[in-house]
Amino acid sequence: MGWGFAGPFVAVFGLVFLAPIGYAGYLSLFQDRLIGGTSFVGLDNYGEALTDPRFWDGLMRVGLFLLVQVPVMLGIALLAALAIDSGRLYGKTFFRVSIFLPYAVPAVVASLIWGFMYGNQFGLVGNINDAFGVTLPDPLSPSLVLASIGNIVTWEFVGYNMLIFYSALKVVPRSLYEAAAIDGAGEWRIVTSVKLPAIRSALVIATIFSIIGSFQLFNEPSILQKLAPNAITNDLTPNLYTYSLSFSGQQHNYAATVAIVMGVITAIIAYAVQLRGMRKG
Amino acid sequence: MRTHSSRRLLGALAVLATLSLTATACGSDGSNAGTGGAPKDVAAALEKGGKVTVWAWEPTLKKVAADFEKKYPNVDVELVNAGTGDKQYTALQNAIAAGSGAPDVAQIEYYALGQFAIGKTVEDLSPYGAAKYGTSFTPGPWNAVTEGEAIFALPMDSGPMAFFYNKKVFDKHGVKVPTTWDEYVEAARTLHKADPKIFITNDTGDAGATTSLIWQAGGRPYKTDGTNVTVDFGDEGTRKYTATWQKLLDEKLVAPISSWSDAWYKGLADGSLATLSIGAWMPANLSSGVASASGDWRVAPLPQWTKGDKASAENGGSSLAVPKAAKNKELAYAFTEFATTGTGATSRVTEGAFPATRADLESKAFLDKPFPYFGGQQANRVFAESARNVGEDWSYLPFQVYANSIFNDTVGKAYVSPTKLDDGLKNWQDASVKYGNDQGFTVNE
Repeated sequence: MGWGFAGPFVAVFGLVFLAPIGYAGYLSLFQDRLIGGTSFVGLDNYGEALTDPRFWDGLMRVGLFLLVQVPVMLGIALLAALAIDSGRLYGKTFFRVSIFLPYAVPAVVASLIWGFMYGNQFGLVGNINDAFGVTLPDPLSPSLVLASIGNIVTWEFVGYNMLIFYSALKVVPRSLYEAAAIDGAGEWRIVTSVKLPAIRSALVIATIFSIIGSFQLFNEPSILQKLAPNAITNDLTPNLYTYSLSFSGQQHNYAATVAIVMGVITAIIAYAVQLRGMRKG
Repeated sequence: MRTHSSRRLLGALAVLATLSLTATACGSDGSNAGTGGAPKDVAAALEKGGKVTVWAWEPTLKKVAADFEKKYPNVDVELVNAGTGDKQYTALQNAIAAGSGAPDVAQIEYYALGQFAIGKTVEDLSPYGAAKYGTSFTPGPWNAVTEGEAIFALPMDSGPMAFFYNKKVFDKHGVKVPTTWDEYVEAARTLHKADPKIFITNDTGDAGATTSLIWQAGGRPYKTDGTNVTVDFGDEGTRKYTATWQKLLDEKLVAPISSWSDAWYKGLADGSLATLSIGAWMPANLSSGVASASGDWRVAPLPQWTKGDKASAENGGSSLAVPKAAKNKELAYAFTEFATTGTGATSRVTEGAFPATRADLESKAFLDKPFPYFGGQQANRVFAESARNVGEDWSYLPFQVYANSIFNDTVGKAYVSPTKLDDGLKNWQDASVKYGNDQGFTVNE
């Protein structure tokens, strides 16, 4: 009887969710070679992935990216949300919409726009260099390219996170603020002791989304790769690496392995953050 | 060819190398008659008619398809653009793996053909009568499509290299057109000093261009014998190339602009990119993509590594192949033959393709054709001369598509960091060796 109700869900869940993961797991146990065809190799691919420097270097890079970019982005988003929610901002609808607007721009388009600006030959950076006779550091050089990508991602997602925080703030009863004010709390105290604890779960959710997003970094570097092929290598991020393994190298089996390892690592870190974030006090 | 990136073109060359081996096929009776396909079956298939699906992006095939349908009214040719270069190869590989949806004829660049030949996914065309064309095609492309007795495709066009230079810029600064690569470096210095906005050329690391220039310098880094492969970027030819190119990189004399980018077209138009060393398919790209510079540019033979030499190399080019999964192979072969030989080839040359057929390459109409874009210069004479001087025995890897895709991960470091080109090439070699061995080849053993 119960299955009658759960059946449709289980069927769709199995088909679109479990089956692809299962298939990737199945693929990861084989090796398909140009010479010799497909053979079962057990866990060999996992052994290779765990010791593959190109994979781990990529993971370290997105790890670094996460540690720097996510706090910056969430910090700006939180500030913007608090400012708009404070009710003291003139033209707050305008601010809300304009901060959110970049999120409506597709990532591919955003990367192209920023790519044009970063260009030191014909782009904005090039124009500034020409106009003022200066030499700005090249944003697409190997040492700065990660920061430049972080800038694009921050630009894209500040508005999205701001909206999450703002809607969480909206449901906090105003009476709490009044009560705090009567107890003698200043604006800053209200923020730290009332507002932030009230939107804690929204903060955790946004953090988890951002962690997953960082680990999945792909669109921006993939688009910019055309402009900076030597700075953005095919193994810059784990996702770029799997893409290149699969589509240029025809190594679908190994790509599936790397994808699974990456998925497990992401899940572990996201889960750890969630456990920590949801703990009371 | 006009829509390719030069990287792909180079790749095409790689295939050539892969396949360019011992003998060219001769004699028309194929050994694998069991798989069907003989000249008389082809004639019967044309009589009977049917549908041929062709995957290609080469624009001049449109007219050929129409002519073919006119000549054989029972045949229906469906020309599909399934993507350019890599995109098409991925689609083709997927269709072959899936066992359905593969075309009857596919355009495959020379450098990528090796991958399909070694995977045994394209048909050997010699039993169908292809062997008799051994002498109709120029040697470079022919070597690229043959391996021993087997003929895996018929050459559709070719890309002997030439030196394209902006005469206006050279005249303005009183610089002589370089005939050696040393003079080329000197010209690069003079032009860049006279006007810091001018670069001799652009280069952000391009596998196709690099391997072609190594080819011209006499380097033969790849050797393929069946599944035994060697990769060695330490030979003398390669060192000649790196010694010269390292100077250009060290002194920042090449513009950090990628080919086929907007900035590239802009630079070619406004004179800030003064020269290109590229395949003979380039004129059509110049006149369509850089129309405003019409009359500024001229064509000359490539600068030489040794003064007085006439060495050249290939840069790009594609073939037409018949996948093993094709439904009507006889008809597919008939179209391939029609489009790549005889009047079909000639009509494509008239439309702007650069021929791989000797007859067209030597025809007076072709050689005498003035190019208004090059101030009326008979540029085909330079290209035809280059085609005759292409260095022999070049071979690409049977997995050149992948090797080229990791060029910037390895050699690219020399363009953006103190890494030397020689070391970059060594890293590229190591990565290619590892991939080859992973894929079941025997590389450098």
